[in-house]
Amino acid sequence: MTAFFTELGLSYGTAWALATVAGILLIALPLMLAVAMIIYVDRKVWAAVALRRGPNVVGPFGLLQSFADGLKVFLQETIVPSAANKGLFLIAPIITFTVALLAWAVVPFGPEAVLADINVGLLYILAISSLGVYGVVVAGWASNSKYPFFSAMRAAAQMISYEVSIGFILVCVVLYAGTFNMNGIVLAQLGHGFGIVNAFAFNILLFPLFVMFLISALAETARAPFDLTEAESELVAGYQTEYSSMSFALFWLGEYANVLLMCALLSILFFGGWLPPLNIDLIPWFDIPGFVWLFGKIFFFFFVFSLIKATVPRFRYDQLMRLGWKVFLPLSLLFVVLVSGWLMLTRWGEGNSAVLAAATATPAAASPPAVAR
Amino acid sequence: MIQAIAFYLFATIVITSAVMVIMARNPVHSVLWLILAFFNAAGLMVLVGAEFIAVLLVIVYVGAVAVLFLFVVMMLDIDFAELRSGFIKNFPLGIAIALVLLAELILGIGAWQAGAIDLGTAGGATAPVAGVSNITALGILLYSRYLFLFEAAGLVLLVAMIGAIVLTHRKREGSSGRQDIARQIARRPEDATIMRQPATGEGVEL
Repeated sequence: MTAFFTELGLSYGTAWALATVAGILLIALPLMLAVAMIIYVDRKVWAAVALRRGPNVVGPFGLLQSFADGLKVFLQETIVPSAANKGLFLIAPIITFTVALLAWAVVPFGPEAVLADINVGLLYILAISSLGVYGVVVAGWASNSKYPFFSAMRAAAQMISYEVSIGFILVCVVLYAGTFNMNGIVLAQLGHGFGIVNAFAFNILLFPLFVMFLISALAETARAPFDLTEAESELVAGYQTEYSSMSFALFWLGEYANVLLMCALLSILFFGGWLPPLNIDLIPWFDIPGFVWLFGKIFFFFFVFSLIKATVPRFRYDQLMRLGWKVFLPLSLLFVVLVSGWLMLTRWGEGNSAVLAAATATPAAASPPAVAR
Repeated sequence: MIQAIAFYLFATIVITSAVMVIMARNPVHSVLWLILAFFNAAGLMVLVGAEFIAVLLVIVYVGAVAVLFLFVVMMLDIDFAELRSGFIKNFPLGIAIALVLLAELILGIGAWQAGAIDLGTAGGATAPVAGVSNITALGILLYSRYLFLFEAAGLVLLVAMIGAIVLTHRKREGSSGRQDIARQIARRPEDATIMRQPATGEGVEL
């Protein structure tokens, strides 16, 4: 996009700055729209499973329901409890919302369509998703109220537990792809299954990891059946109990942006991201822009998430911890060993052997780095 | 230009938040300032081109260690009066440590200015590889030249982890609320229920 702005006669620096701002807006604004619509989808799916109609009054088929809700909370008064820690109480939803948007910087929507094509992309996502817990913890503590505090404690323990197994699962995917770059991971899946299927998920070693990642993603985003942080039968509304108006809405938006991010990660890591599902040009579907495929996959996984939310009862807290530490952690660790062992067997000597030889052969001969002075 | 602005921004925030860590009255605020310091230190790492280290700093320190800090500090019931009661008693010791640190800092900066430390020789041992990303360069070094040290560090951490588990683990007596999932699944209706058709007026023997 920088090239487009330089053609308009701007200097490179200005063009780059404008292109970045435009890129951020191009991601953030549709994301907000997507969140609004996906909340509507979530409610519709949930209602359909319960044999209800769901939102159907505002706009055609109730499509504008989320916007009506948004307008409503926007016009409400922000209530800050007198015993709350005011600064932190107001910062907490902002943290949640900002962090939820930050991670989208490295999500590739197409071969070129990625805001920050950094080579530690996946690690960046891991880092950002580990920040998400602060919004919840700070909100729970700053509310100075019992139920939010319980909720904050639960959220901290839950997210740390499942981040460990998510980390190991990502390691396995990275081992197969050979890169941390998100676009590199997508491209590594081109024709991965027998030269036909563009997905890691149809690999026997990676399929169990896909299932584990799906479940861990539910736990990481505190979505049903792992929504213990806002279990309404135990904790009123958890960390959101004391919040109202826009600060409440920011939590809501951040939460759904995170869920969409997890759906995007599932499709990028295991289902070929912006690649078409099969590596055969059936209808000339390699000409369809990549983001259409990616959005389709994200939507599919969100539908799965909604169905799970509608059908599965909530876990008890000790069961949640047991699943994370005693089942997923050993399993994902085992799969790291299996995957790396299999790759040692099949890909031995490939890839970076030349670089490795250059690095190990003559360390003394290599020139020392220039000292900063 | 942008780099200079970013550097001074990050550096200022790191120093300010580091000062606030010790100045803040509320320990939870201290931890939050510490997190801000970590985060901006990661920003400084990005500026010097060590993006892998920066991301690791965020994942490990901000994402895990600081959450546990926050977890513990929030649960503490802190009596501020008691916290300050040892201030006068420990004041001389604190001053002594602060003076030692200050002396070391001055020595370090002085040596740097005098050019006594030749950082080139220290840097030469790391064998920079041109045109290789951060992760690859680090991986090549860790898994070839420093393989033994790397694995030894892993073993040390493993020992520490096992030690912590051994120290805190205690055998719980009885089955107080513990869920044995295998037993639950293996349980059949005939184990749990009895169907009887007692004759009228006779009842059932249990």
